[in-house]
Formats: sequence, structure tokens, C-alpha cells
Amino acid sequence: MKRVALLALGLFATAVPLAVPGRLPAQEPLTDLVARCHPKVVKIYGAGGFRGLEHYQSGILISPQGHVLTAWSYVLDTDHLVVHLADGRRLEAKLLGADPRLEMAVLKLDGNDFPYFPLERVRLEPGAKVLALSNLYGVAVFDEPVSVQHGVVAARVPLRARRGAFETPYRGPVYILDAIVNNPGAAGGAIVDRQGRLVGMIGKELRNTLTNTWINYAIPIDQLIGTIEQIKQGKFVPRTEEAEQQARKPQDPVTLERLGIVLVPDVLPKTPPFVEEVRPGSPADRAGLLPDDLILFVNDRHLVQSCEALRKELSYIPWGDPVRLTIIRGQELRELELKTR
Amino acid sequence: MKTLCQALWLVLLMAASALPLAAQDVPPQVLQAEQQRIEVIHRARQATIAIFGRGGRGGGSGVIITPDGYALSNFHVTAGAGAAMKCGLPDGKVYDAVIVGVDPVGDVSLIKLLGRDDFPTAPLGDSDLVEPGQWCFAVGNPFLLATDFQPTVTFGIISGVHRYQYPAGTLLEYADCIQTDAAINPGNSGGPLFNMQGELIGINGRGSFEKRGRVNVGVGYAISINQIKNFLGYLRSGRIVDHAELGATVGTDPEGRVVVTDILESSDAYRRGLRYGDELVSFAGRPVTSTNMYKNILGTLPKGWRVPLSFRREGMQWDVLVRLRGAHREGELQERLTRRSRRRPAPPRRPQPGPEPKQPPGPKPKKPAKPKLPPAVAKYYEQRPGFANYYFNRLEQQRVQKLLDRLGGFSPVAESAWQFEGEQAGGLKTQLTLAPDRVELVLPGGTARLELEGDEPQLGQRLDPPGSGGLLAALYLWRRLLVHGVEKFGGMYYLGTVPLPGHRGLVDCLVGLHGGVETRAYVDPQSGRLLALEMFPDDDVDPCELVFDDYRKVGQRLVPHRLEVRHGDDVYQVFKWQKITLP
Repeated sequence: MKRVALLALGLFATAVPLAVPGRLPAQEPLTDLVARCHPKVVKIYGAGGFRGLEHYQSGILISPQGHVLTAWSYVLDTDHLVVHLADGRRLEAKLLGADPRLEMAVLKLDGNDFPYFPLERVRLEPGAKVLALSNLYGVAVFDEPVSVQHGVVAARVPLRARRGAFETPYRGPVYILDAIVNNPGAAGGAIVDRQGRLVGMIGKELRNTLTNTWINYAIPIDQLIGTIEQIKQGKFVPRTEEAEQQARKPQDPVTLERLGIVLVPDVLPKTPPFVEEVRPGSPADRAGLLPDDLILFVNDRHLVQSCEALRKELSYIPWGDPVRLTIIRGQELRELELKTR
Repeated sequence: MKTLCQALWLVLLMAASALPLAAQDVPPQVLQAEQQRIEVIHRARQATIAIFGRGGRGGGSGVIITPDGYALSNFHVTAGAGAAMKCGLPDGKVYDAVIVGVDPVGDVSLIKLLGRDDFPTAPLGDSDLVEPGQWCFAVGNPFLLATDFQPTVTFGIISGVHRYQYPAGTLLEYADCIQTDAAINPGNSGGPLFNMQGELIGINGRGSFEKRGRVNVGVGYAISINQIKNFLGYLRSGRIVDHAELGATVGTDPEGRVVVTDILESSDAYRRGLRYGDELVSFAGRPVTSTNMYKNILGTLPKGWRVPLSFRREGMQWDVLVRLRGAHREGELQERLTRRSRRRPAPPRRPQPGPEPKQPPGPKPKKPAKPKLPPAVAKYYEQRPGFANYYFNRLEQQRVQKLLDRLGGFSPVAESAWQFEGEQAGGLKTQLTLAPDRVELVLPGGTARLELEGDEPQLGQRLDPPGSGGLLAALYLWRRLLVHGVEKFGGMYYLGTVPLPGHRGLVDCLVGLHGGVETRAYVDPQSGRLLALEMFPDDDVDPCELVFDDYRKVGQRLVPHRLEVRHGDDVYQVFKWQKITLP
């Protein structure tokens, strides 16, 4: 009996890898592949819900500890981020870090043993078949599986086009897809290949302002892995409470007033730090800061998501040290150095 | 000359390189699979139709499901066409078609093509077996491209199942629907969604559209064929059919359970014991895992169905059968449809693909003062309030009457007193007399009697014997149906097909109004046996239920020898007749 079982095992083992001429290599049924990927894509609920701004988007579980890769957007501008898992669990999420230059953010859920996509530097060539999994239009809630679409990689090209054609600071390569994947709520969703490997993240909806056409694209995972690792190591993250307590505050810190920056009125729990006014002749003025600039990072590594966070971050810098600000102006990213002496 | 030579070489080279690619590099399995797909799609196309209203106005798609021409489409496609429409088949021929029944809430309509009894048909699949990731294809007439009625095929995968899409107001609710990334565009509405076996799994009707305009964005929705199967009998009745309500609202509590948040005391669910705060476990045989799932289940059920409901309270589970109310008041749907057609087009809250509003430039068609039907269609159409087309209700009444006739015909014994002798539970002797002017039931404890005066005795207040819910009156109505038949019973129409407790599959249901009470009669569509009869003395009151069984011959006629009487949650009595005489 045992021998029969062994024999059967042996048969199976040889049958799978051998490509007999005239026989097709066994491919996992698409339904199984989809079922395998479903639990690794989550629904994210945050800010928005008015004036045609959806309050939801999609996310990808990328570690068993609950790291979630998603798109950087206004949806994350809140302290109450909720993530719905495919098993029906509803969990609070924290924004771990973000890099607006890559239009990406990483959230963190509490817990262990989450289903996840391992991060691999998979690179697809044009013609590769892919699946897109996302919560487009917020169709799925709670335990309902997210939507899945099929498509083909049409090209891997820089999302450069003409300056101003696409309203995004992202300048790297993208996968252009033949499927309409960039729908409301789909940003942050997963593009997987026929083996179920994560190959890209669905980007935010982008319209070419010159031709008035919408583009279907995803940001390749190899463009994001480095930054994900940096965020996990503490770069591009808001200062944690722990770090706040440990850091020594200088006697004579930098302040917004001394830099000559007036921010927009801080009315929301997380008002994005937009510049309202720059005092003439101030360090900010001399460095070229302008009204309507949005401040993202202080000294390259500290993400400031709100006016309050920016104020706090400056208080750790002694007056006299230069202050490097990363800002978004229109759709362009700029680095400015403000001299305080 | 040189360039010509070069060009020739190039052509030769291309030809040479193209040949072996087709012949060798593609494995035979792939070619075989492709051939199979081509055949499946070919068959599926044959049953797909293009639908146009009068004068070629509006339009959409549909699919034929019976050889005699019954075809499914969207309500929002046929609503614009009125009673008569034209249907183009892929063979290029145009057929007249007439409206049969409409389901404005579920956005489904049933039409009938005229002139053939060998139409190509699409086999109905089982949409509960559909899974995300499966390949599928939609067939239809997007953008009304096909002037020769050759339908367009779009290919994709199932993006999601059991989706819930909110209605516009109370109409056009897509519950438990199938989501696909196969391109669904305006004009595809009403057309079929097939699995790769060529089985019909849904009717395409809606898409998510927003800023990109009214074109496909890879998110289309199809009404599941299993929902339509629930409604098919109702649609064949020629009525304007309504969806169901439980009479209770539900919500999710902090523990994620689905609980009753409000309940109407007049509902059957309340009478069956459902109360505020109870947790729903299953409904109509499906587990209730979320409020969305509850809405999905409810959205697939017709008004008037009686379905199982399980709920939990304080650790105890209760399994009951509940009768579902209508989502709309009596006549409310009809009112809405007339209003809609007067002030249309009223854009629904969410845009849908539908009748193409665009018209070829030219003289504007005049508004017809009165709907005048083509002669071919006129004889298949009969207007009546509450009905999309009463002609088809008459047709179904006649069909069910033919089934009832198989019992042997009771008009020859219309004048006599029928005698039943037997026993009730515990072996106690019982006698029943069913005469034209009286019903008499002799029980060990006494005699119950109902005197019937005039042509239409009022029965609503005469519910003897106590606790039966009106057994004597129900027996009178039973005799009346057998003797007078469907047509002369009194206000009787065909409701459709419904589930019956203890019976597999759906059965035919007739509804009559006589004696101030509502009668429902349930007929087995195979054997023609009258399975049950219910008498409702009033709205929101439990009926008296007669369940017939053990049919045996009495002379030339088949008569049930077992009668179970139920009322509310209880079995009132079981009678077993040993001797029946129909003089």
C-alpha cells in the first residue's frame, strides 16, 4: 500500500516539471490564482467623501507583520485610517511613512501572520499577462473580495510625456496596461503576474491634460522596494512619540515665524502644511519658497503630514543649522535650503 | 525595378516566416481550445438579439431562452419601446416582439418574439457556480453598431460575484449581481453574459461610470440568471412584478452580527416570532454573513414568496417560514411607471448603459397620440391595470386550467353534496359535507357549519371552527375552484411560480378574489395536482392552509384522501378520508 502511494507521488513529481512535447505546461487555473491573491489586497477607508473625492482606496499586504503598501493621497490625511481585510476583520491602521515623489505610502496594522505578497524585484516585459486586484468604486465592503480585472502589459515607459501633461510628481517608469485599472478607489491595488507575484501598484487616476485622455498604468514594484525598505528602517516617516521623547530639543530652535513662513489656517485635525504667505526678506523668501507650496519633508527624512507635525519637527532644529525642505509646487518636487545664519 | 525586386523579396520572406509559425509553433491543444471557443461563441451569438422600439427608436440587446421566442432583456431597454418592439436576429431577419412581463426593481423584462417556434436559444446556467477569475463573454449590440444585427462579442473575466449595487430610488436595484471586466457599453443592456460553456449566467445591464463618460471602464454588472429564474414564472404571468420585503430592517452590530433594527408588527416575520435585536443566521437557504449579503438575498426574491428564515436569540435558534411582503404598495409600481413614462427621461441616480439616447439626424418622430400596435402584435396584447400584458396571464391561466382538468373535471358534480368520511388524529371519526349551499364538518366535539347564501357569500368574518383560521370557508373555496375553474372562480389570475413548503422546485400559483377573501391555489406543474390552497381573510392575518395529499381515484376523478389544515405556526388538524362520494 505504502509502495503504491510512493509510486503515485513519484509519478506526480515527474509529471509536473516535464514539458512533454505537444503537451502544455500546467498552469494554475485563474480562479485559484485569484482566490490566492484576494486575501492579500485590502480596502482602506480614510479622509474624503465629499465633492467627488472618494474616502476609500486599495492597499497591498507586503509583510506578515501587517505592512500595507498603498498610494499616497488625501485619503491618508486622517488619524482614523481603517483597513478591511478579506476575512472581514476591520483594523485601525497607522501611516508608517510615505514618499510623495513615488506617490506611495506604507501603512502598518497591528498583528501577525497576515497573508502577504513577498517583495521581489520582478520585472515584466510588454506582452506579459497580468491581473489587477483593487477595490474600484468601493464595490466590495467588509469580507467581500475586491474586484479583479485582466490585462496585458503594453509597455514599460517613463511617465514623462510632456511637462504638465500628467498631474503627478512621479517621474519614474510605469507599466502601461491595456485594462482600465485606474478607477476611483483602485489606487494602491495590486498588479500580479500569472504566477501570482506582485509586480506593481495601481497608481492614482491620471488624465493627460493635453489630450484629455485617461491613462491606465501601474508603478513597477522594483521602483518601490528600496523606499519601502527605507520606510521600514525609519526614513520618510513622521517622528514617533518615542523618538520625540528621546530627541533633545535645542534651547534656541527654528520656528516658522523666524523662517518667515505663514501656513494656511490649521482648521482640520491634519491640515496639510500649505504655505499661505512668505515674509519678504526672510530665510524662506531668500530660498525661493512661494505661497501654495506644500511642504513634505524636513531635512530629507522626516515626513510632515500636517501643520502641527511641521511645527514640531522644526522645534528639533537649532537656529543656525540649515533647514532643508522638500516641497511640491504644482506637480513638481523641489528641494530648498533655508539658511538661518 | 530594384525597389520592386526588394519589395517582392520582402513579401516572400514574410510569407515564409509566417507559415511555420501557424503550423508548428502553436501546440494543437491551443488550436483546439481556440476552435472550441469559436464554436461556443458562434452558438451563443445565434440566440442574441438586438431590440428596437417603434420607428427604430431606443434600443438594446436581449437573449432568447425558449424555442417559441421568450427572450430576456432589461426593463430599462424595453420600457422605452412600449408594448411592441422589433427584434433583429444574427441571421439578419427582423421579428415582431411583444412585451410579456416586467420587473422594474430588478431591471428585467420578458418579451416574446413572434413568428417561429424554432428560435435558437441560450441554455440557462447556474450563476451560483460562477467564481472570480473565470473567463466569460458578453454578447450584444454596443453603441447599436450592428445595423445587420451581427452582435458584438466582448471577452473578459468575472471580477466579482454577489455584488450589491444600490437602486435608483426603489427601482433598478442590482442585488447579488455579477461583476465583469468584459466591455459593457450602452447598447449592451439586456444582452447576455455567458460562461465559457456557452451557458447564460447573467443579463448585462449596468456599469460604473464616472468621469470618463458613458463608456466601459472595465466595470460592468450583470443580473444573475439565478435571480431571474426566481422571477421567470412571475414574468410569464404578464404582470408588473414586485420584489420582496421582510418587513424588518437589519444592521450590523459592533460584533459584526446582522441584527434586526426595526420590525413591522403587521409583518409575517413578526407573527412568526422575529423581534428587534434578533440575529439573522440564514435567509432563503443562504447564510446571512453581512448586511450586504442580506440585501443580496432579499433582492433576488419576489413578493409573496414564502422562504425559510433562521434567527438566534439568547443562544436559541429558531427556524421559521416567512411570507414576504411587496417592496411597494399595491399599484405603486404601476403609478411610478406611468409617471416615469410621462416625464422621462428621468436620469437614475447612477448612470446606466441603456437605450441609446442618440438618434440619427432627420425629422423628429411625431409623438403617437395613442399607442397603435402593428396587426401582428395586436392580437398578443391586452391592456389591464397591474399588468404589462394581460394576454399572457390569460395564457398561463389556460395552461394551469388544463393541468387541473387532469383531475377529471368536477362540473358534472357541481350540484350535488360531496360526502367525505374518515378520521382525524387519534382515530376519531369525522364526516364532511361539501354542498353548493353549505359546508358541514361533523367532529367528535360537535358540528361546525357554514351556510352559503347567494352568489358571493361574504367569508371574511366567518372563520369557523375556532383556531382553524377559516377551515369551512377554505373548503368551500376549494370546491368552488374545482367546480368553476380558474376563469369563473372570481377575480382569479396567475401569479407565477413559487416555492411550497415540503415540495421540491417551484409550483404554479393562482390568486383569486371571491367572497371578500383572497384565495391562493398551488398547482404542481408536472402532475397537475392541486397541492395546497390558502384563504387569507384579511391583509396581515395568517391564512387557513389546506394541504392536499394522497390523491386517489373516486370514479373518474382524482381526489385527495389526506387533508392537512394549518394555521399560523400550528397544524390544526389532519384528516384522512376513507370514503368519498361525489354523487
